[in-house]
Amino acid sequence: MLQLIARRFVFALVTLWAVSVVVFTAVELLPGDACQAFLGQMAQGQRLDNCRSRYQLDQPAQVRYLKWAKGLLAGDLGQSIKRDKPLKEIIGPRFRNTVILGLSAALLGIPMAILLGAIAALYRDQRVDIWISGIAIFCMTVPEFITGTLLISFFAVWLGWLPGIVIMRADAPLLEVLSNIVLPVITLTLVMVAHIMRMVRTSMINVLASEFVLMGNLKGLPRWQLVLRHALPNALLPAINLIALNIAWLMGGVLVVEVVFNYPGIGRLSVNAISDRDFALVQAIALLMASIYIGLNLIADLISLLLNPRLRNQQGAG
Amino acid sequence: MTSLKLILTAIGSSRSGLLGLSMVGLHLLFALTSPWLVPYSFDSQSEIIGHIGPSFQHWGGLDTLGRDVLTRTMLGGRQAILITLLGTLLAVSWGGFFGIVAGYSGGRVDEAIMRCIDIFLAVPFMIFLLLIIATYGNDPDVMILTLGFFYGIGVVRLARAATLEVVVKDYVLSAKARGEGIYSIIFREILPNVRDVLLVEAAMRWSWMLLAFSALSFLGFGITPPTPDWGLMIASARIYLPLAPWPVLLPMIALSSLIIGINLTADALAKSLGLDRITRTVI
Amino acid sequence: MSSPLLTTEDLSIGYVNDQAEPVAVISSINLTLGRGETLGLVGESGCGKSTLLLALMAYQKAGLQRLGGRLEFLGEDMVAMSARDLQKLRGGQMALIPQNAGQALTPTMRIESQIFEALRLHSNLGMAAWRSRSIELLERVQLARPGEMLKRYPHELSGGQQQRVAIAMALAGEPDLLLLDEPTTGLDVTTQVHVLDLLRDIVAETQTAMIYVSHDIGVISAVCEKIAIMYAGELVELGEKQQLINQPAHPYTQGLLDSIPKLHQSRLPVGMEGRQPQPGLRDFSSQCVFLDRCGHAQPICEQSKPGLLKLPGQAVKCHFGEQTLALKDLATGSQVAKPEGFSKVVLQVSDLCVSYDRPSLKRRIMGDKADLTVQDIAFEIRQGEILGLVGESGSGKSTLLKTVAGLQQPLSGSMVLNEKFDLSYAVGKRAPECQQRIQLVFQNPDASLNPSHTIEEILARPIALYFGGSESAISEEIDQMLERVNLPVAYRHRYPGQLSGGEKQRIAIARALVAKPDLILCDEITSALDVSVQASIMKLLLRLRDESQLAILFVSHDLAVVNALADQVVVLQQGRIRESGRVYDVFSSPEHEYTQSLLASVL
Repeated sequence: MLQLIARRFVFALVTLWAVSVVVFTAVELLPGDACQAFLGQMAQGQRLDNCRSRYQLDQPAQVRYLKWAKGLLAGDLGQSIKRDKPLKEIIGPRFRNTVILGLSAALLGIPMAILLGAIAALYRDQRVDIWISGIAIFCMTVPEFITGTLLISFFAVWLGWLPGIVIMRADAPLLEVLSNIVLPVITLTLVMVAHIMRMVRTSMINVLASEFVLMGNLKGLPRWQLVLRHALPNALLPAINLIALNIAWLMGGVLVVEVVFNYPGIGRLSVNAISDRDFALVQAIALLMASIYIGLNLIADLISLLLNPRLRNQQGAG
Repeated sequence: MTSLKLILTAIGSSRSGLLGLSMVGLHLLFALTSPWLVPYSFDSQSEIIGHIGPSFQHWGGLDTLGRDVLTRTMLGGRQAILITLLGTLLAVSWGGFFGIVAGYSGGRVDEAIMRCIDIFLAVPFMIFLLLIIATYGNDPDVMILTLGFFYGIGVVRLARAATLEVVVKDYVLSAKARGEGIYSIIFREILPNVRDVLLVEAAMRWSWMLLAFSALSFLGFGITPPTPDWGLMIASARIYLPLAPWPVLLPMIALSSLIIGINLTADALAKSLGLDRITRTVI
Repeated sequence: MSSPLLTTEDLSIGYVNDQAEPVAVISSINLTLGRGETLGLVGESGCGKSTLLLALMAYQKAGLQRLGGRLEFLGEDMVAMSARDLQKLRGGQMALIPQNAGQALTPTMRIESQIFEALRLHSNLGMAAWRSRSIELLERVQLARPGEMLKRYPHELSGGQQQRVAIAMALAGEPDLLLLDEPTTGLDVTTQVHVLDLLRDIVAETQTAMIYVSHDIGVISAVCEKIAIMYAGELVELGEKQQLINQPAHPYTQGLLDSIPKLHQSRLPVGMEGRQPQPGLRDFSSQCVFLDRCGHAQPICEQSKPGLLKLPGQAVKCHFGEQTLALKDLATGSQVAKPEGFSKVVLQVSDLCVSYDRPSLKRRIMGDKADLTVQDIAFEIRQGEILGLVGESGSGKSTLLKTVAGLQQPLSGSMVLNEKFDLSYAVGKRAPECQQRIQLVFQNPDASLNPSHTIEEILARPIALYFGGSESAISEEIDQMLERVNLPVAYRHRYPGQLSGGEKQRIAIARALVAKPDLILCDEITSALDVSVQASIMKLLLRLRDESQLAILFVSHDLAVVNALADQVVVLQQGRIRESGRVYDVFSSPEHEYTQSLLASVL
């Protein structure tokens, strides 16, 4: 068991390292460098060379990668040339904001999705299911910027209940952040619930057709006990990893939501960084998002290991 | 076993499938014919500059610059549909190929391919999509290649899983025992039985790619104005939504109906092919 | 007989089709079971026996509903019962033992919590007594180390252990009626014997009544006193065990009994032509269901549905119940003429060892031997000879077959085809002639025929691969081959999914034959089929052998089938040959104790 957990950890770390190489190389392969971007396309000669030597861009790529990686290990993300600030200071508060946004959406969305998915499966093809599934398709397929726009015009402009777009500094105190995130969270949650609910529903339908559920019925188990103790845990097991994958993927959607609501998180920051061609910043954000993804997967793996007796016995399953 | 006709009847046999299929069909038809149907040119401006609601001359009203909204909505999906369709084709082709090879070969080849896929999955593709487009411009071929690459990663996983289910079947073993070569086994025995899975996946991928494409346009990384595009139209008109809803609502309805239509079709297809299992995911 | 425990009256279960017409899956079931009585329900797949068993617990799977009739348990109408009362009854006074215990136990819960749950629902014991009672129950089903078993998860038990846990759980509510759905089907014969012994003990000791559903009349007669025969959703015959087996009155029962291969007579069983009607395709409400396949059918059978005719000791749903009793002896199988072996040896295997694990470098340096799956195998098959390879699961018989087929690399030893071709390479590296001369037929035709190819494509491929030839020549050969395996030529445009199990297996055999092989390897090719179909496949195999002087390696776990079919037999246990020789010699006077115990387990 411990060995299995350790294996997963090592595996996650190796993946993270590989991703850092990919991210670094990918950015490296793009034409132009940070100094060129900073000084403009026309910049030439001495100024460019000075800038490059100042930020050590004249060194070979592998040397710079090692420096970068060493810095990362020490918790130093590097320096933004464009913004002339340590990246840590730029990213830090915005990262916090995005985590708050994502976490609230997940905490709100996951239980709701599981509940709705289970209900839809239990009443498969009946009116409840048709409504839930129909709305889910709607939420899943309408782009976030449309949902966001509609929500803003309805709640903020029409009813005037909530602030439409977020006007706050990135490093605003927690309370101010929380008061501003209602609409972004709803937008994100709608998509997340729709995706996860559909998975839970499919999984639950499969489990409800299984022999052990039939057996539970014939054992005289009351319905709710059968669902809660026998069916649901087995329906959620295969869904755990997929839920993690989905959350991580939907974090990509955070980018759009943050732009729609003008929310100061790393999604909007990354769009700005790309527009500004601030490569160091882009690299750092990309790596950060990759580590969120890897971390979520690791957590999902560990939860599955804890809950699934079959996996625990499978030595060295990878 | 599934010719096009069989697939279409299978989808059409359920009410939601029929609805989805006709929505998609209508959109495709429009995309092909709209240049000859539109009442105005996409960039011709009316003498009246500024928003105007629906009128007899302009059923969809006018946008800020006084351009006919209906015209622009009718034309606004053509680029997106073309680019995402080709991107989907690319994604399913390369993803399907590597997935089948990984699933069939097993062992080290499988291990190597899947580790690469794990790494690529962790790369935040939205950021790289934006970065690549920001660097190389928004040429259709750049878009098709990048979208096709990133959306193919998930296909590899899925095609591999589907292949793993097929390779253990006795008919594959039987072909091996007969002395068939690897290409014969992949194309004769495996591909026909993985095709349905890939087909449903292609439909889902297409709808997600449309979502991503519209998001790109919305963020200003997609189509260059003044070419009409739904995402772009929504982005530029959305701040005026409470005042002038038409320039936003029309492209919104167009985009959403296409994506919902694709999803309904894919769901009906999956159900009639017996594929509505949990393996389907956005990744 | 005391007052009845369970009664059904005209019970019908089915569904309502698109035209809003009721379609019966099982119809007009009349059963009465007294306390302590044991009834076996026998029928082939698709006859509705499992549906009936569930219906007796007033349970219908999704899509099915009760179309009519009454169901009473201890005088109480179960149809009118509230959900709560039904919950109390199910698992309490009436308990089900499922077919596949491995899948019927919840994978995420320990055995302990699953048995506790049954006790909590169906006994008055306090929580403190649950553990000791659970251990008692597990001891009752003769499970070793019950304390330890309680802590385990279902997947940590063997198939036999899982089945015992399922039985223990059913006993938790001290039921008056046990319902069993093929509880030994997935088990090895020797394990099956133990489980059946246990069930007999329980019935004898607790006076529990029992309804046992199975396709295997041998298993049924080992545990039940009364037997009911089911066909196409109807009970066609019902009677005391001995009487029904010795004097079957319904033509279907007769056919069924005749198609079972028996160990003590080496004649070929007689198959039944035709196919069991599927529900909904035809209305049998005023016709005999067995009409199409019956050899004695008269005009009246088409005009009116026979009622249940009561004979002494049995009851039969046939217009000619009394007459058919006399016709019984007409159908006897032909004695198989077992040819003396021809001189030409087709396959010679000697000193063969196979291992699944690749010896690691470290182990090779240490001089450790690999774990051998099969070892020191030697046998030969001559032209026109059928060699039966018998053994339980894990005996290595499939591994051996795969090795001969070239799908598994041997570790050492030799295999020689036609006295000249070396077979010790994987199939891809063998001479093309070897690939063509050895063909393989698999157990399950559902899995061995590619569902996306037509029959034509399936049969054309080997011809094109080995011999080539023009399209019309290949087409003609396919027609001939379909006729040889008794299938209509029109089948060439169908897909495997449109064929019945027996027909699919004929296609699989045809696919092997078009390659014009010298040796056919058969991997349990009849065990996925119903007995009546099995008999006709056996007949086909023998005819083809005689026509083409084929050598056949026939792997099976079923000794009776091997007895009827094979000339030579090899008994395999734990990867070693325990005994071999002529079938008659080995089966009539087995020398090795394993062979003896195998033979003793045949019911």
